[in-house]
Amino acid sequence: MSLAALLVLADGRFPAGGHAHSGGAEAACKAGRIHDAATLAEFCRGRLHTSGLVAAGLAAAAAHGLDPAELDTAADARTPPPALRLAARRLGRQLLRAARATWPAAELDALAAAFPRGAHQPVVLGVTARAAGLGPLDAAHVAAYESVSGPATATVRLLGLDPFEASAVLAGLAPELDAVSGRAASAALLARHEGLEALPASSSPLLDIAAQAHAEWPVRLFAS
Amino acid sequence: MTSAPPVAPEAPAAPAARAAAGLRATARIAAAADGRGGTALPLLAGEGPLALRRTRGEGAEAGVMLVGAMSAPLGGDHLSVEADAGPGARLGLRSAAATLALPGRDGAPARYDVRLTLAEEAAVRWLPEPLVSVQGSDLRVRTRVELAPTARLLLREEQVLGRTGESPGLLRSRLTVLRGGRPLLDQELACGPGAPGGWDGPAGLAGHRALGQLLVVDPQFAEAPPEPAVLGEFAAVTPLAGPAVLVTALAPDALRLRELLDAACSTYGW
Repeated sequence: MSLAALLVLADGRFPAGGHAHSGGAEAACKAGRIHDAATLAEFCRGRLHTSGLVAAGLAAAAAHGLDPAELDTAADARTPPPALRLAARRLGRQLLRAARATWPAAELDALAAAFPRGAHQPVVLGVTARAAGLGPLDAAHVAAYESVSGPATATVRLLGLDPFEASAVLAGLAPELDAVSGRAASAALLARHEGLEALPASSSPLLDIAAQAHAEWPVRLFAS
Repeated sequence: MTSAPPVAPEAPAAPAARAAAGLRATARIAAAADGRGGTALPLLAGEGPLALRRTRGEGAEAGVMLVGAMSAPLGGDHLSVEADAGPGARLGLRSAAATLALPGRDGAPARYDVRLTLAEEAAVRWLPEPLVSVQGSDLRVRTRVELAPTARLLLREEQVLGRTGESPGLLRSRLTVLRGGRPLLDQELACGPGAPGGWDGPAGLAGHRALGQLLVVDPQFAEAPPEPAVLGEFAAVTPLAGPAVLVTALAPDALRLRELLDAACSTYGW
């Protein structure tokens, strides 16, 4: 693998549209559940171990070369709120555009042809990692990191939280990020032989409920 | 990491002594259309703490009540309920009382597996009473439903974290629903001491002590899918990527939770 390619893919400035999504932080800030660095850290921790782990498992499995269409169905089954499925597909489509320009590959073209309205973002992320010469564990790391970096960045904008504090939150989660990525990669390896039920399916009822409520707000800063 | 990987279909290789200490019991139910507009129960076999009683059904539906004949599951126990609804069969499954997940003597986790299989045109209602995660317990629940494309399902799950004023045990519960062999819903919940970090935080349960889901799978939703909706601050109606709707709710207690799910059931269920 290329460490530099991993940095390009994980860079917040990679033009994949992630900045428009708060990962549930906007709803949590509005409800007062995130109000400082400590509550942001707990929010990120909860998200990492649920939707972050699921995204990392899907990304690692796609990076292994498992069938993207089947992975997309598995992602649908792990994403009950229509608002989150829509957001995941929009993000997937945007990432795919950026990825095809950055790391041209037949697999990315095939994915675009099969999913004109976008595949789930973690699936696209895994196929992109393959095109960039990265491995399943790399893809899992990027997905896990995105599950917490999105809410952290959004909270800086939503609450005016000190960016230094937000970065400290992310750094403090590093051991858990590594553990979640490793677990996702192991599950993806298992899924090659045992089927996609071996992939994590961790869920947070509150994130699902709040995401659907957030989608109905008439005015919001973030798309999700 | 303290969390376990997704529950494997095979029992983990436990030491023989521990396996001998735990109780293993399976309740088996088979429902079949009787050809006269009703449903027969050719198989109704309880075991150990899982006793089964036939109850009066509604219309063409055969009713079965799961009666807890002793206190279970304790740590180390492995209980299973397997229900098979044949073509056109209609089955209503309930439990007489809440299920209490209790600690065992050696700290081994307990397992509770529910397996429902629905053939073409079958209709199953699985409406058990709440599962209460008692302090010190460690329970893994695995619910797996396989539906034929024309089958209908109404499934309710309620989890209560601890008895009144008590801390919960560790509860891991995975629900997998396959329709025509394709995954329709796959979710795992982990909560209680020892669950992955953040389980009770602002992206977790945020202090709620009762949570539940109502799932309705109905081929009619393919033409007229329910609209997404929000029921108060802590419940949502989410149509799935298939002819099904999932209502997810958090509540301060079991009573309030049941009110929410009953209302959802009268709207989307039968």
